[in-house]
Amino acid sequence: MSDTLLSVRGVETYYGNIRALAGVDIDVKRGEIACLIGANGAGKSTLMMTICGDPQARAGTITFEGEDITRLPTHRIARLRIAQSPEGRRIFPRMTVYENLQMGASLDNLKYFDEDVEKIFTLFPRLKERQAQRGGTLSGGEQQMLSIGRALMARPKLLLLDEPSLGLAPLIVKQIFDAIKILNKEQGLTVFLVEQNAFAALKLSNRGYVMVNGKVTMSGTGMELLANPEVRAAYLEGGRH
Amino acid sequence: MANITTTREGAGGTLTARALREGFYAGVVSLGLFFLFVGLETTQNIRNELVLNQRWGLLAVFVLVAAVGRFLTVAYIRPWFAARKAAAAARAGTARPEGFLKRNFVVLAVVALIVYPILAVAIFGVQGSLKWVDNFGIQILIYVMLAWGLNIVVGLAGLLDLGYVAFYAVGAYSYALLSQYFGFSFWLLLPLAGILAAFWGVILGFPVLRLKGDYLAIVTLAFGEIIRLVLINWTDVTKGTFGISGIPKASVFGIWSFDVGAPNNFAKVFELPMSSAYYKIFLFYLVLALALLTAYVTVRLRRMPVGRAWEALREDEIACRSLGINTVTTKLTAFATGAMFGGFAGSFFAVRQGFVSPESFVFLESAIILSIVVLGGMGSLVGIAVAAVLMIGGTELLREMQFLKQVFGADFTPELYRMLIFGLAMVIVMVWKPRGFVGSREPTAFLKERKTVSGSFTKEGHG
Repeated sequence: MSDTLLSVRGVETYYGNIRALAGVDIDVKRGEIACLIGANGAGKSTLMMTICGDPQARAGTITFEGEDITRLPTHRIARLRIAQSPEGRRIFPRMTVYENLQMGASLDNLKYFDEDVEKIFTLFPRLKERQAQRGGTLSGGEQQMLSIGRALMARPKLLLLDEPSLGLAPLIVKQIFDAIKILNKEQGLTVFLVEQNAFAALKLSNRGYVMVNGKVTMSGTGMELLANPEVRAAYLEGGRH
Repeated sequence: MANITTTREGAGGTLTARALREGFYAGVVSLGLFFLFVGLETTQNIRNELVLNQRWGLLAVFVLVAAVGRFLTVAYIRPWFAARKAAAAARAGTARPEGFLKRNFVVLAVVALIVYPILAVAIFGVQGSLKWVDNFGIQILIYVMLAWGLNIVVGLAGLLDLGYVAFYAVGAYSYALLSQYFGFSFWLLLPLAGILAAFWGVILGFPVLRLKGDYLAIVTLAFGEIIRLVLINWTDVTKGTFGISGIPKASVFGIWSFDVGAPNNFAKVFELPMSSAYYKIFLFYLVLALALLTAYVTVRLRRMPVGRAWEALREDEIACRSLGINTVTTKLTAFATGAMFGGFAGSFFAVRQGFVSPESFVFLESAIILSIVVLGGMGSLVGIAVAAVLMIGGTELLREMQFLKQVFGADFTPELYRMLIFGLAMVIVMVWKPRGFVGSREPTAFLKERKTVSGSFTKEGHG
């Protein structure tokens, strides 16, 4: 857990003239789960999308495995094996679950598809039951599983998850977070997670960042942040129960 | 007539009695409504005097249609729909094995199309078959092919293209001009027309890469108009509105010709009586082959990475990019492939007409092709073919309905009502089947074997 896989330095992103990110520094180390928590509109999703190159950062650099990816188009970034389960899941609604997973494997042109799809079905047995069903007819939790499964089909080095718990029942959230933990423990997958559900996310993560108004204001191990009175006041006690 | 649709069950005896009563009311209401509108007509005679015409026959038709229609609706159609709905509800969950006709529909349809000209000749004679092969067969198949080509852009890749006729025009003019100026043969120019159209597809594709939905539609609409205006105004090359005539006919791979003077004329070689019907039959098989090629390529591409990428692009562009799909090349290939088939169809059109002019490539053509795609169900080849048969065949049929003159008077020309019926049909279909005739998308991949999934899972939400 030493070398840095993804490094974000002084990144500023604008929507028109509005600055959404005001110089963000974040590191994600190989093999860890890192999470970014913050309130609505803090810029969490913007950072996630900036890493993927849409929108591109106006200032600062993003490096992945030592390569500068700041100015690469999104599909080139994805081809470096940064897979994303985007905000709102964005599965293909008229395609079946099986076809959605196929789309995930388009980077290798389905070379490892049969092998990988079995892994996904072991991880999320629900997807196997639903494999002939259209994506749009799945429940929210199943769609989230599909979104993560589709991202995993690309054999990623880094998995970006944008609010996987959004709008899901606590039991489903637990299933999904358990799956993330399994992926990290058993396959050594590096995960960068953006969450509103601060408690569950910090508990899961090796490292956490807190974002306020487009800036990272605090960072530390997940446990440190969980114990931090400021974090507790802002995101846990007030926000959660 | 909303005021008479009172459906108080059990209040007024049996169904037939109620239907009779409602039919009677409908008749009375329409009599009151149409008495002055339809029953009486004022015209001016040659001396500018006002003349009152009485049209009791026409009024009777209106009233009868209303009364009988209402009666049939209440007595038969509504109960029939209700029964069907109940039966469908009872069936739900149990997957029925598909019937023989349904399973082999494509094969049967292709065989029927191959036999079609032979049948036409057998029934109506060589000369009599002309109308059936040319007006119905070729005309419909051109639109089937165009709609299948546009389907790649609109149905699969989800890029709304209102200027598809531009590629049709490029193909037609490519053949017309290159054969006139350089004397190239059809078989050389057919692929060339496709390539040129595809090239223009890419030219259109570049500026619209970032556009979506309505914005894209407007730019493609403008593109179609630009091509047409260029064809009108570049008179040195295209002869403007006069068009290009005397376009050479196609030959059967150069072996047999259809030119009357040629020594290897088809009819002469086979010692048949001279007739233009042979050429039309040849053209029928040609356009059939081209249309089937379009369908085959579409079906194959859907299973290949580029076809899957098109469909994914239609569903969600951002998700596509995050999966490493280059959306730029994906869009451009969709435009180019769709345009290529438009170009093929265009060069076929030129060879069939022997004459091209900008008149043939107006926006209305784009609109018709697009409405065939939408009516048929975007992405569904079978649905689109059915829609083309109904829309194009239907308008051709209108020309045949001369008996309507007896009902509506001698100056009644049924084909003038083409657009009215067109529009009406479209509204009805869209209300009845919002996603077109075949609205559900056929998946391209399955785990091991195809599972039968109950209809409630595979059906899509309306909207």
